[in-house]
Amino acid sequence: MKNVFATRTGIIIVGLVIGVLAALLQYLGNPGNMGICVACFERDIAGAVGLHRAGVVQYMRPEIIGFVLGSLGAAFLAKDFRPRAGSAPIVRFVLGAFAMIGALVFLGCPWRAILRLAGGDFNALLGLVGLICGIGIGTFFFRNGYDLGRSYKTHVSVGLLMPLIMLGFLVLMLIYPQIEGEAKSGVLLYSLKGPGFMHAPLLISLVVGLIVGAIAQRSRFCTMGAFRDLILFKQTHLLIGVAALLVAAFVANLAFGQFHPGFEGQPVAHTQGVWNFMGMLLAGLCFALAGGCPGRQLFMAGEGDGDAAVFVFGMIVGAGFAHNFGLASSPKGVGPHGIAAVVIGLLVCLFIGFTMRKKA
Amino acid sequence: MSEMIDARGLSCPQPVLDTLAKIDAMGSGELDVLVDTEAAKENVSRAAQGKGWTVTSIEEEGSGEYRLKLSGA
Repeated sequence: MKNVFATRTGIIIVGLVIGVLAALLQYLGNPGNMGICVACFERDIAGAVGLHRAGVVQYMRPEIIGFVLGSLGAAFLAKDFRPRAGSAPIVRFVLGAFAMIGALVFLGCPWRAILRLAGGDFNALLGLVGLICGIGIGTFFFRNGYDLGRSYKTHVSVGLLMPLIMLGFLVLMLIYPQIEGEAKSGVLLYSLKGPGFMHAPLLISLVVGLIVGAIAQRSRFCTMGAFRDLILFKQTHLLIGVAALLVAAFVANLAFGQFHPGFEGQPVAHTQGVWNFMGMLLAGLCFALAGGCPGRQLFMAGEGDGDAAVFVFGMIVGAGFAHNFGLASSPKGVGPHGIAAVVIGLLVCLFIGFTMRKKA
Repeated sequence: MSEMIDARGLSCPQPVLDTLAKIDAMGSGELDVLVDTEAAKENVSRAAQGKGWTVTSIEEEGSGEYRLKLSGA
């Protein structure tokens, strides 16, 4: 059976749908230009389970749960569920952690960079240029034989662990729902103010997450691959999907009155251009070396890829470090140790990129 | 004689990278590529066609593995 989502028309429709749904989530309560942000939402999840104690970013985001479960469902229906693991898991974990740190210096993953631009936040342009440069550095390593090694087919249960964990998170959310005015419900932490307090209704977030997870799994939608394939292969297939997302979110933002052009006073953003650039440079390089943007890692984790699941946990733990160590930026600017963390992250990436090479 | 690439278990974009490198080295001929994900199957097919090669057949080798037969004139 031909996969219609993998066609050019398919990827355009997927991009358009995601763009509109992201703008809709903002309209229904998610933070500004943060209808979907994989890094921000995983950071909020890290906060919800107490891996960091930044009170303004703690919420068990149902979108992330939906991404994994939607991908799982689509993969099963299409007989595309492939339990696999064993390709440099520790490297993927470390790349995930530094990808998160870079994203939190910029304040958003590639998904949010596009949504920020679609909402008129021009600081995102520097982030996107940084992302493209980081991916460009990644392609240099690929051209020079960088190789993560093979994964191997494994037990179905290995591929199901990540979806089961997400299901567990959902159950926790239902057992310990948000209580008005309370910062804690059972074991889960809930923000009383800030971005973590702003969210669309649970059921809507979950359903949107499931839809996006399903269509992104089928189409292999990837915000990093979009630029990587252009640089490495001069292919525009994925990029057209990302462009569709940008256009759809822009138009939907206009319709919802959510387009506010400028640099200053943008929601959950700072104006330090160099660090918007450098944060995303680090994140882009990490995503390139790990073979997928943060969304794609969730979708692959949903279709049974245990290594992608390790990357996701790297990101969640990285978010804990980012907030506990003062690495994450705030609307005031970079955190006290954010710059040091970006430098260390880039050195780690160079170490990985230069040393993990196929023997000729 | 046809050449073969075993791209099973390789992360994106390695299967495409290896296939394109081989296609460039061969210029023309027959090339078999083994993959074990749908994404790799689609990506390798798309890349080969972008080089003007044709996917003459895709054989399912059981348990989710595919042998893509590529041909370039």
